[in-house]
Amino acid sequence: MRFRLKRDELYAVLVILPSILLLAVFVYGFIAQTFRVSLTDWGQTAALSLQPEINYVGLSNYADLFGGFLNIRFRQDLTNMVMFTVLFVGLSLATGLVLASLVDNLIWGETVLRTVFLYPMSLSFVVTGTVWRWLLQPRGGINLLPTLVGLRAGQFLWLSSRDQQLTFDWALLPHYAVVALLALAAVMAGAAVLRRRRRQAAAWGAAAAMAAAVVATGLSRRWQLLPYSEAHGFSTALWGVVLAAVWQMSGYTMALYLAGLRTVPDELREAAYVDGASRLQIYRHVELPMLMPITVSAIVILGHIALKIFDLIFAMAGPDHAPTSVPAITMFLKTFRGNQLAVGAAIGTILLVIVSLLIVPYVVTQYRGDGGGRA
Amino acid sequence: MKRRPSLFSVAVQTLAVLLAVAYLIPVYMTLNTSLKSPAEINLPTAWQLPSELNWASYVTAWTRFAPYIKNSLILAVAATLISAGMGALNGYVLCKYPFPGSAVVLPLIVFGMFIPYQAILVPLFQFLQRTRLYGGLPGLILVHVVYGLPITTLLFRSFYAEIPDELLNAARIDGAGFAGVFRHIMLPLSGPPFLVVAIWQFTQIWNEFLFAVTLTRPDAQPITVALANLAGGQAVSWNLPMAGSVLAALPTVAIYVFLGRYFVRGLLAGSIKG
Amino acid sequence: MTRSMMVKLAALALILALACVPAGAAVSGNLEIFSWWAGDEGPALEALIAKYEATYPAARVINSTVTGGAGVNAKAVLKTRMLGGDPPDTFQVHAGQELIGTWVVAGRMEDLTFLYEEEGWMNVFPAGLLKLLSTDEGIWSVPVNIHRSNVLWYVPENLNKWGVKVPATWQEFLEIAPTLQAKGVVPLSLGENWTATHLWECVAVAAMGPEKWDQLWAGKLSWKSPEVIEAWKLFGEVIKYTNADAPSLSWQQATDMVVQGQAAFNVMGDWAAGYMATTLKLEPGVGFGWAASPGTNGVFVMLSDSFGLPVGCPNRENAIAWLKMLGSREAQDIFNPLKGSISARIDSDMSLYNKYLQSAAADWRTNVIAGSLAHGVVANERFMNDFATVMEIFLQTGNAEAAANAAEAVAIQSGVITR
Repeated sequence: MRFRLKRDELYAVLVILPSILLLAVFVYGFIAQTFRVSLTDWGQTAALSLQPEINYVGLSNYADLFGGFLNIRFRQDLTNMVMFTVLFVGLSLATGLVLASLVDNLIWGETVLRTVFLYPMSLSFVVTGTVWRWLLQPRGGINLLPTLVGLRAGQFLWLSSRDQQLTFDWALLPHYAVVALLALAAVMAGAAVLRRRRRQAAAWGAAAAMAAAVVATGLSRRWQLLPYSEAHGFSTALWGVVLAAVWQMSGYTMALYLAGLRTVPDELREAAYVDGASRLQIYRHVELPMLMPITVSAIVILGHIALKIFDLIFAMAGPDHAPTSVPAITMFLKTFRGNQLAVGAAIGTILLVIVSLLIVPYVVTQYRGDGGGRA
Repeated sequence: MKRRPSLFSVAVQTLAVLLAVAYLIPVYMTLNTSLKSPAEINLPTAWQLPSELNWASYVTAWTRFAPYIKNSLILAVAATLISAGMGALNGYVLCKYPFPGSAVVLPLIVFGMFIPYQAILVPLFQFLQRTRLYGGLPGLILVHVVYGLPITTLLFRSFYAEIPDELLNAARIDGAGFAGVFRHIMLPLSGPPFLVVAIWQFTQIWNEFLFAVTLTRPDAQPITVALANLAGGQAVSWNLPMAGSVLAALPTVAIYVFLGRYFVRGLLAGSIKG
Repeated sequence: MTRSMMVKLAALALILALACVPAGAAVSGNLEIFSWWAGDEGPALEALIAKYEATYPAARVINSTVTGGAGVNAKAVLKTRMLGGDPPDTFQVHAGQELIGTWVVAGRMEDLTFLYEEEGWMNVFPAGLLKLLSTDEGIWSVPVNIHRSNVLWYVPENLNKWGVKVPATWQEFLEIAPTLQAKGVVPLSLGENWTATHLWECVAVAAMGPEKWDQLWAGKLSWKSPEVIEAWKLFGEVIKYTNADAPSLSWQQATDMVVQGQAAFNVMGDWAAGYMATTLKLEPGVGFGWAASPGTNGVFVMLSDSFGLPVGCPNRENAIAWLKMLGSREAQDIFNPLKGSISARIDSDMSLYNKYLQSAAADWRTNVIAGSLAHGVVANERFMNDFATVMEIFLQTGNAEAAANAAEAVAIQSGVITR
């Protein structure tokens, strides 16, 4: 028996070894290779020769992306990516929760309606993009919907819009960060005072005072990322992309929430009902709290989809439309049209780092020390 | 717990139906536009029904798409089966035969499903070129199998965690080894998880675009690339791309319509739970 | 018939047979042609393929077409393959810097001077065109067509209705534009982003003239010079009279606006004539009219599709046979009437072409020739990629000086200016 188990463990390792090796090469090996390329100048005149001349240039590609005069587009890409992610994840969660709650309380037609809300998820982003590109034509499509009931046609330009809202100065990002820290520290200090935690209150208070000092002396405004001011902001053209993406993925959050609602034991509901809780109170105090872990997973899943978004925008607005562009698209253009392979590799690496900021904490807390799989 | 229809239920029902109608708007527009003749397609009249049905777009789209649909079928079926099979074995190992370091290996595997593929694209095609796998379906199948491993491994591992160890120990006492336990205990219980994994992988692979466009020669291109060719080329009117979208979407939509229940049921067991 | 004559005839027949058979026999197996021609442009390419396969029955053509993504997809696939040392037998590429700046400098193309000499092409292609296809080291591709970029399109009947004339200069356009706007007509229709670059080049050539335009690309005129800033300013004035939904429209939809009377004018390359004549079935000169875009009368801003011979392609003999055919008068006269372009040769049979193309061919022979920026003739790919960003900066801010500064920086980084 013992011997048997030992042999089985050997088999087990042999069975999983190919997968581990493949992933070691295809994920970690290739990431390392991309990072190496991003430290070079591959992309000079004869970039596409069979033996291109490639020199090591350190981090200058990164410095240029964040501070170079011509890479204003990349910085707007980052802004777009963040804004899109926040809106897409937030609205998908909200819509999915509403849909799940509705479907959970239906009298009839649950299967049909659930399928209707879920089917967009089965489409490719290329199909969604193609269809929504047609629906969002400013002089047609959904702008004409109001006219079907006798109202005036909508005037919003959707993807063609060049308006920016919530504009900020890229050069002053450190300043904004300090102000945000100040606000956070002040709030935390206040909370600690209310809870009578003296030492915490003192620590946060000190942090707030330091941040306030940095702001008041004008020091934070002097740490500028660029030698000139450069306005970036929320491109209103993104609403169209958000709309299509939420349409496509809210069925997924609905399915997650629905599955979560179904795990709430009926006894729990019954008990609350017997205690005189109303339907809404049961929803608020019994069902919603049980959906929290699902929400965390959904944020991670949707968040990484949003940060990586490529095909949808490519098919909807084309690769050259800066108001809806994101780093993944610029990487494609720099690499394959501009022949600047090293810059493309740098953008790919930056994208990976940003996605990792979201993913690594999640993966580590969820799966570390859990090799036994007794979840 | 049954409740009588109340005002609340009626309101819920009405709202849900209205939302469903809204979700179907793109379908109406797609079918409507695909059935118009090119001359009739015009922004101001986009919502009006066609004066007469023009099925020619579907005939054209089908004749153009048939070979690419075949490519996509081969690709998606092969890659789904292989990655699901390997995922099942990996899940079994990670769940029931933890080895030294397996606690570190799991997060490292899972991380692979979240990476942006822009970060590995250039080394990937260079590797495929060097191994002479570039351009054909086998290469693309390999890529989809590898990048599908994290999710299939993770899903199967979660499913197998539900199977009590006592069951395995009983089989071991009866003399079953590593393979025997898998064959007689795990496999018979793997039907529903396999379906969930297969649905997920099939739709992901069928719908994938970035690898499809950069790693294939024309004779091996999947349907997404063919659709992008149709919609993004010099195609003039919208009827063809719309008909093409319908054809490209049919298989995966059918899966969701007919097997959606399994998918919804499996989601909680799978992707959420660690 | 005498016996000696019989012998001679037989010998002649044998020689002919020998001469023909090896030619056909040498060309067998596959020929992979990589292009981005599909949709409306597909039939023209298919006609060429049919001719090739009829000439060489033993050969099979693999037509590799990748379209979409404003041409980026095709570039991605081609570059992925070339970087891996897996070139197609021949590929479509815009004549000029798009070919030279990417592929010739990388040593990936074969010099085709031998072909030009064997086929006597040195005299049948205009010298200006040959210059664009060549460097000091050789001639790098075979052009199959000529398109004109600087054309203004309109519907004559509509202009009469609105009481406006075709503007000869942008100043005239700016004078009539408010009148058109007052009538609820968009003065100039515009499409997605590359069409803005296309319009820019037509405005810039008008603003600075073809000589200064050439100097710009030769690195002899600064991008920050007053001439260029003026061009940006004029462009800024002109786009005030374009439709707000431009980025959502394909170039065909922008053309549709003119045809349907929603817009008065459109600036687009002369593939628009093919679209209107073939797809929309309008009669050239009646259903639609044309003129050189304002301020460019006597200038022909050209672009040309061409095919080259990659180093190390798998079926070199077949590719050479294909290139030989492409350069022939017959093939060019099969391809171009279908494609809606004119032959790159000066000896083509003009009776095969429609009214618009005949007028274009006449201009091609008499006008000053300038190279297109938007379509890869004068600028390399890196410049073009970053110029799209410059254009976005300008469309967002409307600041001519900022755009000029950015363009100068792009020109230096991409090696257009080597100082």
